[in-house]
Amino acid sequence: MRFFEDIEIGQRRELGSFTFTAELIRKFAAQFDPQRFHLDEEEGRKSLFGGLAASGWHVGSACMKLMVADGQRQAREAAARGEKVAIWGPSPGFRELRWIKPVLANDILHFASEVETKRLSEKRPEWGIVQARNTGTNQRGELAFSVLATAFVPRRNAG
Amino acid sequence: MMLTFDDFPPGHFGSFGPRRVTREEILAFAAEFDPQPMHLDEDAASRSMLKGLSGSGWHLCSIMMRMMFDGFIGRTASLGSPGVNELRWLAPLRPGDDLMLDVEIAEARVSRSRPSTGIVTFKAMIRNAAGQLLCEMISPIIVERRPEPAMGQAG
Repeated sequence: MRFFEDIEIGQRRELGSFTFTAELIRKFAAQFDPQRFHLDEEEGRKSLFGGLAASGWHVGSACMKLMVADGQRQAREAAARGEKVAIWGPSPGFRELRWIKPVLANDILHFASEVETKRLSEKRPEWGIVQARNTGTNQRGELAFSVLATAFVPRRNAG
Repeated sequence: MMLTFDDFPPGHFGSFGPRRVTREEILAFAAEFDPQPMHLDEDAASRSMLKGLSGSGWHLCSIMMRMMFDGFIGRTASLGSPGVNELRWLAPLRPGDDLMLDVEIAEARVSRSRPSTGIVTFKAMIRNAAGQLLCEMISPIIVERRPEPAMGQAG
């Protein structure tokens, strides 16, 4: 993971892809969002989504999964170079989350993250606050998911 | 009887819960979707900003969704949601928390592009048993309107 000082506005990371199989869609929905169009093929077809659709929270959680995996990759690379590894803090929240296109069974979303703003935390001087636009694009090249997420990022020389 | 657009006037809508969240659930969700040490490892978590094991924010969102489903979405003629205007994680979700959900309707308006539906914007708040606010969300859902009464019918 990078330190606050290493982060530049406009920096973009490709996070990788996630395949929403019917099995994964139903498993997440059964636990957290058992609306009929997230559980049943036929109900999905009759709905605005036009097919068995993943819960929006499943899409957001999959994006988080790839964000964490990307962070862990960067940490391993930094450690391999003998550099200090930044451990990111929690997130205070997000804005402008958009479920733009339904994510249907067997859709593959490619996620990416692009830095939009950075500033120092007023209350916690050892931390910076970074906002990034995280997006998910499907295999047809359509933007399906977008969110402006915020995270606490450690400063390099915080001690 | 399904709830339709007219059942969501602005104001307080309802309180739902409690919902107990176990350590096992927190670890299982984190392992699958958010394997950061602060959500998985007691020692690492105690050194983190949140000072102790905490659930993933996306887990809390997903539990909130389930509480909304059990509370009212499951019996609402809902067509889904276009997104979330704003979501704030204000305090950590801890193992053993008993969560309560409060829902307020912030705005309800008929859809211009699809007049047989309305857009209900609600504010959802999750609190723990101590009354501490953990999460606050403002999000619209699309809800079907009740069909117009037939011509000549009284009322």
